Amino acid sequence: MLKKRIIPCLDVKEGRVVKGINFIDLKDAGDPVEQAKIYDKGGADELCFLNITASGENKKILLEKVKQTAENCFIPLTVGGGVKSIDDIQQLLLAGADKVSINTAAVENINFIKESSLKFGSQCIVIAIDAKKIGNDKWRVYTHGGKNDSGIDVFDYLKIVEKNGAGEILLTSMDRDGTKTGYDIELTRKVVNNVSIPVIASGGVGNLEHLYKGFSEGLASAVLAASIFHYGDYTIKDAKNYLFKKGIPIRI
Amino acid sequence: MQVTIVDYGTGNLHSVRKAINFAAKNVNKNITIKISNSPKEILKSDKVILPGQGSYKQCMDNIKNIPELEDSLNEFVIKKKKPIFGICVGMQLFSNEGLEQEKTKGFGWISGIVKKIVLKDKNLKLPHMGWNEVKFAEDNLLFKGIKNLSHYYFVHSYNFDVKDQKNVVATTEYEKLIVAAVLKDNIFGTQFHPEKSQQNGIKIFSNFLKFNL
Repeated sequence: MLKKRIIPCLDVKEGRVVKGINFIDLKDAGDPVEQAKIYDKGGADELCFLNITASGENKKILLEKVKQTAENCFIPLTVGGGVKSIDDIQQLLLAGADKVSINTAAVENINFIKESSLKFGSQCIVIAIDAKKIGNDKWRVYTHGGKNDSGIDVFDYLKIVEKNGAGEILLTSMDRDGTKTGYDIELTRKVVNNVSIPVIASGGVGNLEHLYKGFSEGLASAVLAASIFHYGDYTIKDAKNYLFKKGIPIRI
Repeated sequence: MQVTIVDYGTGNLHSVRKAINFAAKNVNKNITIKISNSPKEILKSDKVILPGQGSYKQCMDNIKNIPELEDSLNEFVIKKKKPIFGICVGMQLFSNEGLEQEKTKGFGWISGIVKKIVLKDKNLKLPHMGWNEVKFAEDNLLFKGIKNLSHYYFVHSYNFDVKDQKNVVATTEYEKLIVAAVLKDNIFGTQFHPEKSQQNGIKIFSNFLKFNL
């Protein structure tokens, strides 16, 4: 049976792990390579790096960190943040990423999804969607790290990205991100039911029950969490044991 | 012993190299690992690894675009009968043909066709992505020393529909049985990614490196 995945996410700025509250007020939580090793040994199913500032200089530092991380880990690594061109993807894959996560560039140019999935295969193209609730049953796609309203409805966008070859959706609720109040279950479930590709739930995890709900009610294929793991509130093993006991199919 | 990882413009070869490097430590032999697309290098290798990422068609096109690469692989596998290991699409290319994008001829070393996975259950997603339990036939070389039903990392939407079941040494379940590993004489392959499957994956590579020593 295919197992549900737990993906610790490292938000990386200038080569260091940070985690913000609602995308601002960043705190330093260490070296990504060291964190990644701990997660790999601790039983994480995949790893995710999000480069949260994407200047040229930062890209170089990030590539170096990706390289060092890939050297030390034997689980899939997804890298995102500022991925704008085929060349960006190539460099990340060469540095050791297995998948790339594309956000703003996909919204701005849908052909980029098609081009990149044809060139590198759908399996390595993750489309990151930052969704903000704008009314009853309505969510809008935001870009530029959550700063800009694209004006595009999340469910319209989903159809387009799937058709163009996305291999997976990384869905972040902007309303929940950093709040520790749990995933936006309603949104997650709706997105899962509207696509045939896997969906990773993200944004808002504060405790292990939130992970459970991401699977049991949100129906996600994977859950992503940052701060609960790297501030040491819980280990990956704690999370896995908890979920296993609750009957979620988990790789122990 | 020289092990060559075939570089034909696909995927992350470094993760494969790194995993082979680790695996080599479990084998009592001096092992040189090369990443190359040169027919000469391939023909002088003792073992070859054929990775694969992207579509069947694109992978096969890439191989054909490198002069004499296809011929040298055929010579290595069929004439010289030396061991080859295909990963994911690399393994799928061992088939007669693949139906991804458009019908494409493969190497034809193991009879069968690579077809898209069809799912009845709407709750199951494609690609088949993540860790799944692999059930293998006891007493097979590839999984020696590994606990049956161990987890391996998969990511694919197409399945190698192998004609002769005796060439299938492991399967996994995703609504139906999916081919997880093939083995025919000197030809080895896995649908999953050993290089992304932690210790259980490294062991698979070690077993391949130990083969015929």
